[in-house]
Amino acid sequence: MTFYTLLFAVGILTLIALLCGSILLIAKSKLRPNENQLVDAIDALLPQTQCAQCHYPGCRPYAEAIAKGEAINRCPPGGTATIQALAELLGREVLPLDTTTGITKPPQIAVIREQECIGCTLCLPACPVDAIVGAQGFMHTVITQYCTGCELCIAPCPVDCIAMIPFNKKS
Amino acid sequence: MPEILIILISTVLVNNIVLVKFLGLCPLLGVSQQPHHALGMALATSLVLTLTAGITYLLNTYLLIPYHLEFLRLIVFILVIASLVQLLDHIMQALSPLLHQVLGIFLPLITTNCAVLGVALLSTTTPSSLFTALWYGLGTAIGFSMVLIIFAHLRARLTTSDIPRCFQGAPIALMTAGLMSLAFMGFIGMAK
Repeated sequence: MTFYTLLFAVGILTLIALLCGSILLIAKSKLRPNENQLVDAIDALLPQTQCAQCHYPGCRPYAEAIAKGEAINRCPPGGTATIQALAELLGREVLPLDTTTGITKPPQIAVIREQECIGCTLCLPACPVDAIVGAQGFMHTVITQYCTGCELCIAPCPVDCIAMIPFNKKS
Repeated sequence: MPEILIILISTVLVNNIVLVKFLGLCPLLGVSQQPHHALGMALATSLVLTLTAGITYLLNTYLLIPYHLEFLRLIVFILVIASLVQLLDHIMQALSPLLHQVLGIFLPLITTNCAVLGVALLSTTTPSSLFTALWYGLGTAIGFSMVLIIFAHLRARLTTSDIPRCFQGAPIALMTAGLMSLAFMGFIGMAK
């Protein structure tokens, strides 16, 4: 092999490498990853309780975090069924529920014992789905059909007049 | 048409890349734990296999052979395959992030898949035109996918069957692969 052949070979190889590199560079800058589609698909599988037990402010932020690689077992309301559905969607391992975030409970909704309510409005901003109606000094109540049973209104209530009751979809 | 049929029979059954040529054994054992993972890997590999068979044929015929650079074949092919996989990765991320998530780690893994490089090297000697080279790649991809999926389902059954303790896990998987390989020996002589 002469020196010329060697130089030629190196030149050709460099040329191919440069070509491949520039194609990749162009592809990377032109093709923006389409995150939304994935986030939508994940969000659709989450229970939409907006309970924040996963330590994210709601289901959508958690879906975004999962798309970026967060664990799929941080949703206690969804429980095993949700973890399985997510694992199937994303091709990940099925994991047991991370119990540091909470345990799976049967469907429930919040009820305000109206005779005890003092109308403090503290539970209104706590509700992630605006399912509590009421005003300062007036009795509050939960709109049953919107309540997700997230328990976020229980802690702010100064007189502990909110109770969780089991909920079945028929009624 | 008969030519294509012969290529397909040859690559899928007679010269099956996994069971007869023993290439691509790493994904066969590594990604066959769950059938749907195997399907993802099979799809990703099929895509890359078919495309590389065509591209490497073109590179070899119109660049390497005319300039007498056949000795660069291996390194050029590795370079092209790696770039192609990376490009597919970007395209998939933009078009279907869901598929990208499912294929996940499998796609970059294909870069170092010996089946892909094997087909690239073999497709420079066997096929006679770009068209046949593509069919050659596709046939090999079908053969690979078929074996990978069959093997994944066999392994899924193995997990629930009563296996002696010393054979559990990898040993029984390798024995199963060996038996499948023996079965495929039966096709020898059907086509070149």
